[in-house]
Amino acid sequence: MVEKGEKILISGGQIVDPSQGINCVGDLLIEKGKIKSLALEPEKIEKTEEDITKVINAKGMLVFPGLVDMHVHLREPGYEYKETIKTGTMAAVRGGFTSVCCMPNTKPVNDNETVTEFILRKAFAEGACYVFPIGAITKGQKGEELSEMGMMYEAGCVAFSDDGHPVMNSLVMRRALEYTKAFDVPIITHAEDINLSANGVMNEGIVSHELGLRGIPAEAEVIMIKRDIELARLTGGRLHIAHVSTRGGVKAIREAKNSGLRVTAETCPHYFTLTDDAARGYNTAAKVNPPLRTVEDLEAIKEALSDGTIDVIATDHAPHHIDEKNCEFDRAAFGISGLETALSLSLNLVKEGVLSIDELVEKMSLNPSRILGLDKGTLKVGADADITVVDPEAQWKVEPDEFYSKGKNTPFKGFVLKGLTRVVICKGRIYDFTERQDTEQHRLILL
Amino acid sequence: MGKRHLLSIKDLSREDITLILDTAEGFKDVLKRDIKKVPTLRGKTVVNLFFEPSTRTRTSFELAAKRLSTDVINFSVSTSAVVKGESLIDTALTIQALGADFVVVRHSSSGVPHLLADKINASIINAGDGINEHPTQALLDAFTIREKKGRVEGLTIAIVGDILHSRVARSNIPCLTKLGARVRLIGPPTLVPDEFRADQVEIHYSMEEGLRDVDVVMMLRIQLERQDRGFFPTVNEYFRLWGLTSERIALARDDAIVMHPGPMNRGVEIDSAVADSSRSVILEQVTNGIAVRMAVLYLLGGKA
Repeated sequence: MVEKGEKILISGGQIVDPSQGINCVGDLLIEKGKIKSLALEPEKIEKTEEDITKVINAKGMLVFPGLVDMHVHLREPGYEYKETIKTGTMAAVRGGFTSVCCMPNTKPVNDNETVTEFILRKAFAEGACYVFPIGAITKGQKGEELSEMGMMYEAGCVAFSDDGHPVMNSLVMRRALEYTKAFDVPIITHAEDINLSANGVMNEGIVSHELGLRGIPAEAEVIMIKRDIELARLTGGRLHIAHVSTRGGVKAIREAKNSGLRVTAETCPHYFTLTDDAARGYNTAAKVNPPLRTVEDLEAIKEALSDGTIDVIATDHAPHHIDEKNCEFDRAAFGISGLETALSLSLNLVKEGVLSIDELVEKMSLNPSRILGLDKGTLKVGADADITVVDPEAQWKVEPDEFYSKGKNTPFKGFVLKGLTRVVICKGRIYDFTERQDTEQHRLILL
Repeated sequence: MGKRHLLSIKDLSREDITLILDTAEGFKDVLKRDIKKVPTLRGKTVVNLFFEPSTRTRTSFELAAKRLSTDVINFSVSTSAVVKGESLIDTALTIQALGADFVVVRHSSSGVPHLLADKINASIINAGDGINEHPTQALLDAFTIREKKGRVEGLTIAIVGDILHSRVARSNIPCLTKLGARVRLIGPPTLVPDEFRADQVEIHYSMEEGLRDVDVVMMLRIQLERQDRGFFPTVNEYFRLWGLTSERIALARDDAIVMHPGPMNRGVEIDSAVADSSRSVILEQVTNGIAVRMAVLYLLGGKA
């Protein structure tokens, strides 16, 4: 945390904070790692105030409450060759995120308080940003017996999910939705009927037909979303639907929300940017689960973001080792390393008029904080100084070799994107990416 | 032909296909000679890289390569480093380092020949990838049809059986269509999915309907190991509804021929009475396979 009375002034940026209904040029003063004061034009915080330690000139920049990614895979413990808490959180910060929620499919699985505590201790010591673990619904993510969700909740888990492994047994899912009402945390469903997806490796459709690859029909997702919605109706439990990729899924969620159920949903940048065409040439970088779908699905996802059916943009950051992608398509791992491209891809939605900038910040900061009950996603006076400063005009080319993440697996390699994180403040540190990034020192100023 | 690899029939024009078939005719004459060998590709090395068990395709490629005077090495999964955990790409790079000019590859995953073509310098020939394609099988089938019928254009050709999992069908459909044939697919709906309608074919679920007046019946092997995946209830029922019997073949044109890529399951997809009848050209397909594979090696060889 920031020591003594050090003060940082972020000056002249366009402050976008939907938690307070603010979208206005102004100044932000930070003291001791908290938001000290906020002044909107024409008012100003005096730069001459004598004890200001550092001034960040944010003219022409967007100033957001730190972004919150409620769906990442940090791979530690157990798969440190893919990613670690240290590298994954550094990638998060580079992408503008100040809090990430890590899925439990580690080795061992985060299905008990000991693993939860390990992750939190490691994240406290080595994490570049805040880490909130998501515990497993069932022991070993096997979908059979409930894990000790109460003890994991007390240890710091903010939600429960068997992500990557759908809970196929409806009774187990019912019990999970019922039991977690005691803690008021959501069950996050990876909606996939694995009998129906039947070892498929990409979306079932004309492209899988042409490539001779086994398809996963959209219905594998839609059916499970519908089942889980009905179980939420039955139990009154809180359901959050991860990585929605289908038009049918969107429709089911819209109906559930209209009928007053406590259902929320997320999608990921790749589902509103790419289609299954990206798999042509047996491109394993585009192999992801759920798979990239069709242009009709993509349009439905955008519409659902626009009308509020989808509450959250998350990354499903799934880093893998190069050897796990540089191989046969059938054998290649599912997943996209998404933390460092998500914000730029999402800013495209603002450019296209799908979302306002305020709505974008809601979906990438405020809404995930609310769904998970985090004290994040706001620039209110007294809140943690988690701040993301973005240059909306900066153009950059996606070069995976320059990622902070160990996972270089992205289908966006070579894309020229607009909008880049310049400064991130989080955990009492300033990460300044405006300078050339030759050394650790340039990246990070510890206050 | 101007191509380095044979990965997919989709990459070939009608002219390319015709050139291969014409060239194969010349090589078929060679195979009828007393000394069945020409010096055309002497000094070149062909590696048969088979990650899936195969006897007939591998043997056919091996003979084709030997008839062209190349040096042939068979690299099959059971004897290779793959079982020791070597990656596909490392295996391929090793074979390149051994000096292969051609790599004939079969693999259970679709797209592997495309991946190898990206990674190594040799000419890659797809000898079957997953459920995707088996281009030389389609070429030898077209060669056989042309030889028997004098043409492919204008013929009606039924492909019968497990279309969904058949790389033979996925290569034959574009090959025959490019040559001007009308293609019908026949089989249970679980094995003939609607996606195939995009390929300008007719789909029939009834043999009686689909076989009527066809010129060629191309049977596919029913992979018995798929039966427990529930694509059809029992082999018994399959044969009853989709087996090729003497009664059913009578619905085709009087001069219709019967083909099968082998190995056959007698009593599952085809009755012995049909397999052994005068309509059957199944063994001629095997012979023609050598000539067609010689033509492919020869035509790619100029570009390696």
